[in-house]
Amino acid sequence: MLRIESLTKHYRTGDKALNGITFDVPAGEVVGLIGPSGAGKSTLIRCINRLVEPNAGRVLLSDSDITRLGRRELRRARRRMGMIFQEYALVERLSVMENVLSGRLGYVSFWRSFFRRFPQGDVDKAFTLLARVGLSDQADKRASALSGGQRQRVGIARALEQDPELLLIDEPTASLDPKTARQIMRLICEICRERKLPAIISLHDVMLAKMFVDRIIGLRAGEIVFDGAPSKLNTATLTEIYGEEDWTQMHDAEEAAGQAAKAHDLEPSREERMAGLA
Amino acid sequence: MSTALAQSRPWKRPPLIRNAWLRWALTFGALVYLVAALSSIEVNWVRVSEGLAQGWGFAQDFFAPDFFTRSRDIWRGMEESLTMTVTSTVVGCLISVPIALGAARNIAPLPVYAVCRAIIALSRAFQEVIIAILFVAMFGFGPFAGFLTLSFSTIGFMAKLLAEDIEDINEAQAEAIRATGATWWQVVNYGIQPQVFPRLIGLSLYRLDINFRESAVIGIVGAGGVGATLNTAMQRYDYSTAGAILIMIIVVVLLAEYASSYLRKWVQ
Repeated sequence: MLRIESLTKHYRTGDKALNGITFDVPAGEVVGLIGPSGAGKSTLIRCINRLVEPNAGRVLLSDSDITRLGRRELRRARRRMGMIFQEYALVERLSVMENVLSGRLGYVSFWRSFFRRFPQGDVDKAFTLLARVGLSDQADKRASALSGGQRQRVGIARALEQDPELLLIDEPTASLDPKTARQIMRLICEICRERKLPAIISLHDVMLAKMFVDRIIGLRAGEIVFDGAPSKLNTATLTEIYGEEDWTQMHDAEEAAGQAAKAHDLEPSREERMAGLA
Repeated sequence: MSTALAQSRPWKRPPLIRNAWLRWALTFGALVYLVAALSSIEVNWVRVSEGLAQGWGFAQDFFAPDFFTRSRDIWRGMEESLTMTVTSTVVGCLISVPIALGAARNIAPLPVYAVCRAIIALSRAFQEVIIAILFVAMFGFGPFAGFLTLSFSTIGFMAKLLAEDIEDINEAQAEAIRATGATWWQVVNYGIQPQVFPRLIGLSLYRLDINFRESAVIGIVGAGGVGATLNTAMQRYDYSTAGAILIMIIVVVLLAEYASSYLRKWVQ
């Protein structure tokens, strides 16, 4: 399905962000990408749809090499890869529906998208997806009016609206509380299984990765240092990925966090924050 | 308390300039310059006392404004000014949007960026009055020269501020749109426009009221509008009419101020 061959990226500062990454993702497999900050997780994900240009190596999506495409073909290839972002990356001032429909931009002409006249099929799909992620009645709200968990659900719907063959997911739970983070991860994995969608999910939370994904790839300084089933992850491999730390405590923490059901903190509005100054 | 309390030591905010000698020398030097500069301004006190009397006369007429004797001239001037203001703001803003897109480094390629920044610099280099003199010489007296002047300076103002706003957007939102396979124009329409739209509206309204005030100034060099009427009244020592015109300008600017703050709140 997806094959990555000796992918390399170095930034202008000379830092090697990725150094000869090679792996395969078969259809329907959910891969978790873990590693310390700066290990290259985000860069790897962005090199796959070339939001970041890799310096060397190949990315094969169903046998077509993404790294060699021209601008127009690259846009067509991007349609096939849905992306879900850290901190949602919704267009805050657009409505929920516009955000979901923006997943169709690669398929419709500029003027159609400019006047928001999407084909009825796209609109139907968007409503179905909003229902699937549990936001049926929020379609005309502004994205900025939603809570963190709801926003990430819109992000998921936007990615699926593309009819993707692959999901690229960058830290989907980074700004969510533990309960919402689990709900979002569960939703993503359920959807991947329903649609037999392969996915690459970068995660900073090892516990979440162990709970939800089929396979874990550990990155350290731009190289793969672990690739295997979540159950194979142990103290030695974690030390290999992250460095020396007391990993034995993790298991206890895992259980504690599982029970934590922190209530949703609603963001204070701008008026409330600035109230004392008036 | 497990450990003994550390010995207390004073803390002061570190000064901006570390070298004490340099710090005092700079402060003292700045003060000496200020005093010297102020004392170099010559004041002719006799002239001032005469001028004060004249000014008082002007103020008295100003507080007894005469809207009626020359009401036709005043209304014609106001109408011309308002027309000039509205048309030049609309035209200027429309032209400035594509230039602003080209002048934002994060979305435009370098050659386009250089050209658009050059247009902005050209438009901002000259004060309105200077451009007005040029256009009056080219197209003759009247509001057409004023319209061109105001449109031209609106382009520089709007494009510069809008381009800066585009450079400050949250790039993650635009990146997400790019990741869907959208074209450059679609990224602008979906990822950037919603983020800068309130600012675009705010700036346009601000420019509308600047253009109205400027229309009163450039009228003095012959570019039409209420400025021309004001100039005529002043030359005739008809301070009551001049006062009436000034009051009307103040009222229009105030109205524009209230209307724009209301509109801005509405688009937020």
